[in-house]
Amino acid sequence: MTTYYTKDHEWIRVEGDTGTVGITTYAAGQLGDVVYVELPESGAKFARGDDFAVVESVKAASDVYAPVSGSVLEVNAALTDAPETVNAAAEGEAWFVRLKLSDASELSGLMDEAAYAAFCEGH
Amino acid sequence: MTMNTQGRPTAPASVSISAIDTVSGSRGLLQHEDLLFEIGTPETTGVDLPKPKGVKSRLGGVVRKAETGLAGLSEPQAVRHYIRLSQKNYAIDLGLFPLGSCTMKHNPRLNEKMARLPGFADIHPLQPQATVQGALELIDELATWLKTLTGMPFVAMSPKAGAHGELCGMLAIRQALIARGEGGTRKRVLVPESAHGTNPATAVQCGFIVDEIKANARGRVDMDDLKSKLVRSDDIAGIMLTNPNTCGLFETDIKAIADLIHAAGGYFYCDGANFNAIVGRVRPGDLGVDAMHINLHKTFSTPHGGGGPGSGPTVLSEALAPYAPVPFVIRDEDGFYRLVEQTEGAAKDSFGRMVAFHGQMGMFVRALTYMLSHGADGLKQVAEDAVLNANYVQARLKHVMTPAFEGFCMHEALFSDAFTADGIETIDIAKALIDEGYHPMTMYFPLVVHGAMLIEPTETESKAELDRFCDALESIARRAAQGDETLKGAPYLAPAKRLDETRAARKPVLKWTAPDTARVAAE
Repeated sequence: MTTYYTKDHEWIRVEGDTGTVGITTYAAGQLGDVVYVELPESGAKFARGDDFAVVESVKAASDVYAPVSGSVLEVNAALTDAPETVNAAAEGEAWFVRLKLSDASELSGLMDEAAYAAFCEGH
Repeated sequence: MTMNTQGRPTAPASVSISAIDTVSGSRGLLQHEDLLFEIGTPETTGVDLPKPKGVKSRLGGVVRKAETGLAGLSEPQAVRHYIRLSQKNYAIDLGLFPLGSCTMKHNPRLNEKMARLPGFADIHPLQPQATVQGALELIDELATWLKTLTGMPFVAMSPKAGAHGELCGMLAIRQALIARGEGGTRKRVLVPESAHGTNPATAVQCGFIVDEIKANARGRVDMDDLKSKLVRSDDIAGIMLTNPNTCGLFETDIKAIADLIHAAGGYFYCDGANFNAIVGRVRPGDLGVDAMHINLHKTFSTPHGGGGPGSGPTVLSEALAPYAPVPFVIRDEDGFYRLVEQTEGAAKDSFGRMVAFHGQMGMFVRALTYMLSHGADGLKQVAEDAVLNANYVQARLKHVMTPAFEGFCMHEALFSDAFTADGIETIDIAKALIDEGYHPMTMYFPLVVHGAMLIEPTETESKAELDRFCDALESIARRAAQGDETLKGAPYLAPAKRLDETRAARKPVLKWTAPDTARVAAE
């Protein structure tokens, strides 16, 4: 099980050909209090970089991009009623979707935890 | 000597209390006001008419059985309610309105007087054209001013607001591409990341795909990024650019940008929201602009919002003019002003109609009044004074706040929140301004600047007024820099305290429920 990070502040935790995707703790902190999360339909297909969800805070509405290509196996419907979970546990309980990866080689373009931490430091 | 026998004190009280709670919830003459439904009682009514005798209802079974549920109010209750609410409004007629990007300038009373002339106010759009020649001439005269000021050959007068004008310009671009046989292939519209949200929204509404261009460290379009987006050019429909841009900066490469877009086969849409900063000084037509809307309610002083609708006439270049929407006014050789209403003849290539009638007549009268009362030289000074005022604000505050970019600004001063102590945010500064008696500045926009504070004083304000505002903001900024935690609770003196925006967004209460019903439901 390995976690990768994107420059757009999504994380993906990969197990076999399945990945769990969410937004990072850093991103949730920058957004402020999250008030709304819009999730895709189960079964929807996305290419790498497609916007697949929307997260809205008091400050701004932001698109969430697919870190890799894949199809949605499951969405975390609990977020719809409890968007505050994103602030409380961005990289845990507040996952957005589980994806079936269509091309695992795309993972090589992403950052590991240390590289992402350095990336955020530079911001 | 006359004695003070009434026991009336003649010296000011020595005790001062900064904030006290009152029994009524009012603060001095700023009255607390409940909702109409909370004030009203079923026993009260504004009119008390006897039940008509000898009249038989013909409604039969459809007669209403339940109460209407309207609040029962006497006339003074209703009048006081609305007057009290109106006194809670902040308005340009009350004080400086620093809302950046909105150009909240004074609405001259002369404009209002002219707009109320019966020849303009009491006419109908379906009246025979021969009976409204004066009104049509006014539209034509205003069009001439707009064309002259922008250096453009045509103007579509009918769009009813800024974003509607954007839609007009982009629809004209789409129609021109269709006429070239490239409507299906040229789909990409370049939009800088600092753009106002209406730009990408309009492009998408017209079926285009938005491609974002980055800003450089100077807050302008990154030319290298722009060029990289134009390497492939056969799918380029155009660019949407605001100048001066939303950071309050003049896009110094604008001519080069226009040339690049034209060389790529695309059109240049300029968002004219910030025309106030350059009116009379720069003609967008000379910069290579193909379409630009003009917010009459910004640059030309017509009221915003509640005072009247917006108006967004859109100037078009030679290339786009044939596709302009109907209706428009033309002057026949014999001097008769005629409306071209059908997409035939002079308008055979028009993309169609956007609105039912000719546009916002009341705004046309006000805008032309503003132009004529200033004259060409006066309008030039409008732009100069607007830019001077913004730079004065920037110069007065740059020692305590952090300007987002180096150098002079145009018509608005932009600051980031870099100067604030940890834990103090832009919203705290904005709320503290309310306690000082000002409407807050625009905050968190443009998005490219962290904790953005955008201040546009406009040419309306005098130096004395700007100094009062800057004194207030400077003091708040110093407190923010020192980490004064009391800012987190501001406003303290407003009718409503700090609102819980998070809870309001997460659990919005969209419908008022009577306290009785709510209690019964809870039980």
